[in-house]
Amino acid sequence: MSESLVQMEGIVKSFAGVHALKDCRFDLRLGEVHALVGENGAGKSTMMKVLTGVYQMDEGRILYQGEEVRIPDTRAAQKKGISMIHQEMNLAADLTVAQNIFIGKEPRKALKLFLDEKEMNRQTSILLRQMNLDIDPTTLVSKLTVAKQQMVEIIKAISYDSQVLIMDEPTAALSDAEIEELFKIIVQLRAKGVGIVYISHRMAELKRITDRITVMRDGSYIDTVATADTSIDKIISMMVGRELFQSDKTNRLKDETSESMLEVRNLNRRNVLHNVSFTLRKGEILGVAGLVGAGRTEVARAIFGADPLDSGEIYVHGRKARINGPHQAVKHGIGYLSEDRKHFGCLLEMDVSTNATLATTGRFTRAGFWMNEKRMNEVSTQIVEELKVKTPSIKQKLKFLSGGNQQKVIIGKWLTRDCDILIFDEPTRGIDIGAKSEIYKLLENLAAAGKSIIMISSELPEILRLSHRIIVMCEGRITGELMNDHLATQEQIMTYATDRIG
Amino acid sequence: MNKTTVVEQKSHFAIKSGLQQLLVFGSLILLVIFFSIASDNFFHFSNLIGILLSTAVIGVLALGSTFVIITGGIDLSVGTVMTLSAVMTGVFITIWGLPIPIGIIGGLLTGALCGFLSGFTIARLGIPPFIATLAMMMIAKGLALVISGAKPIYFTDNEAFMEISLGSVLGDLIPGFDIPNAVLIFFIVAILGSILLSRTIVGRYNFAIGSNEEATRLSGINVRNWKIVIYTITGVFTGIAGILMASRLNTAHPSLGAGYELEAIAAVIIGGTSLSGGKGTILGTVIGALIMSVLTNGLRIMSVPQEWQTVVVGFVILLAVYADILRRRKA
Repeated sequence: MSESLVQMEGIVKSFAGVHALKDCRFDLRLGEVHALVGENGAGKSTMMKVLTGVYQMDEGRILYQGEEVRIPDTRAAQKKGISMIHQEMNLAADLTVAQNIFIGKEPRKALKLFLDEKEMNRQTSILLRQMNLDIDPTTLVSKLTVAKQQMVEIIKAISYDSQVLIMDEPTAALSDAEIEELFKIIVQLRAKGVGIVYISHRMAELKRITDRITVMRDGSYIDTVATADTSIDKIISMMVGRELFQSDKTNRLKDETSESMLEVRNLNRRNVLHNVSFTLRKGEILGVAGLVGAGRTEVARAIFGADPLDSGEIYVHGRKARINGPHQAVKHGIGYLSEDRKHFGCLLEMDVSTNATLATTGRFTRAGFWMNEKRMNEVSTQIVEELKVKTPSIKQKLKFLSGGNQQKVIIGKWLTRDCDILIFDEPTRGIDIGAKSEIYKLLENLAAAGKSIIMISSELPEILRLSHRIIVMCEGRITGELMNDHLATQEQIMTYATDRIG
Repeated sequence: MNKTTVVEQKSHFAIKSGLQQLLVFGSLILLVIFFSIASDNFFHFSNLIGILLSTAVIGVLALGSTFVIITGGIDLSVGTVMTLSAVMTGVFITIWGLPIPIGIIGGLLTGALCGFLSGFTIARLGIPPFIATLAMMMIAKGLALVISGAKPIYFTDNEAFMEISLGSVLGDLIPGFDIPNAVLIFFIVAILGSILLSRTIVGRYNFAIGSNEEATRLSGINVRNWKIVIYTITGVFTGIAGILMASRLNTAHPSLGAGYELEAIAAVIIGGTSLSGGKGTILGTVIGALIMSVLTNGLRIMSVPQEWQTVVVGFVILLAVYADILRRRKA
């Protein structure tokens, strides 16, 4: 048993009264690679943000090298030698490798007035050589591959004498050869006694590179196991848990023969989507499951014309549709509810009525020019009543409404439009349970009324509760399709969702 | 959030929003009172008319700029496009000898075309508004010089052209009420602008784009095309300003007009329109333009040297925007 490096015990953290972490623990030993796994929202990131000083815990304690420590901010974490390698790169693309590594601690010369570029490059070379990396310190970061950039970021962390390295999905953007390179570096760091927290959804990788695995679920600590003593299946079942909400599935099955409303064939977008094909039938709720970054939102945006496609065909009502922008998608009767309500859904500074009628403003005009404010108010009042939006008036600015009520207004925007095909991307994200169940009911009613719905969700119980059929994505591909009958389980979906192709 | 707190917030907000309009208007009244006390020559009918007359050109430019600024964009070309419109009107009327109405339409179309091109380069080619309109500013400036041969074009053969700005339809109707047409046109254009912004689909989309362009696009609105429309509208307003200026001076001056865009933007900002888009009113812009004119006029009457007048205006802009930031921070 090797020496303990970090010990987090009894960590509690809540946001606005909602428990994000409930009595969680985690420990890291010298020279070990310790995986932290769980579904989206399980609390992995929150846990690591507590460790790196981004968040302050409400309760609990952190021991670092045997002593209890306080980590008030990220600087303090860095000083202690705790560094995080983020999913999105934190490098300045137009500076050189050496300039990036030494940013904020540049060697100086001549009374500290001038930067000592030469010394900086020399020290960088040494660091790079220690890690057996063949990179010129004077290369611009923008000229490096994503993998090499990540190596630079790791080196930057090591240059702070980091004892703890947290890697968040480090292989997400890497090719197989690059992953091998990364693993070599991880093995070297482990040999030097650095403790590595490895956050990943890729089960096969965990088996290869990690020593122990800690599983989290719904903000709770589940278990820590030695990698050698466990199986991928066992980890997955720990991740999804047993206490599932099971709705009556007999009525979930939809007639296979009903008319095809939307068919996509071989959608391709470089590095994002690979040969995505599926059919959406009339009156069907098609659940799209997958982990963050699986390409679900990208499929939705591509169908809606929000992002360009490299190739692929879209058929609406069996006829080929040309969709070069959202305005054309809307003409084909497709509506899209973005997962990022604040940035891509709401006009926060504008009132409920404007938001609820935004997709149909043209219909509330006389001669296509003059606004018919009265009609607009009638229709938005109707939406507010139908969807039970809690607002004092339809003239209230959207920013004063709660998340759930904002979401209802934005859904109302598409109901006003009377679209046949609705794509809901994380329709219940960030809203309270009451509003959630209202939105579930609404989706079911819409489907019963003959609308076809694609519902993207990261919450498996939600997918299983609402969908008639489920497709699962992983890394831009559809890796599985299942009827939502008694055979569909969270485990099965998770297996597809982590099914990485070569 | 329960219902009662929402209601409280709302009324709170309504008062604040009205307060801001009142604040700008109040500053204008205060300025007028201040200068009336400071100088005997300020509060005279002829001086007040003079102030309004000098507001007209910048005012119309500012009205046009309000539209693009509400989308979150900017138009730096309005100053020189105004000049180009004036020069083209001169070419049509004086050089080609076309009737005045045709010349006016030509001038307006010139402005519209420039606005359309700016809008096209911004919306279709994806060039940032600052750069696209900076380029248009230089193109228009150069073209005005090339077309006019760098010489002023006079409208001396067309007495009637001068009447557009300096005649007084109102004075003819009501004896003694000699308000120049330019002022009348300014107010008519302001009312039209206000209707356009608050009562039509253009105005609705204008605010929607400024409030959240991507959300608007994802609501199936052809944001690119609407942006082109909005820049074209700004161009038409610019054309109107060009004709007003040419008529007032009875000359199309090819080198006048550069720098007017900044004064127009200043008037818009003093009037409470947010440079980040989504917020603004035509009334605010009218008051903003009046504040600028009253300031310059009052300071001149008090014999403050012109150089210092500019310095004061600079500080007023800082003050106006800072007041707005303070107000928003509290809200």
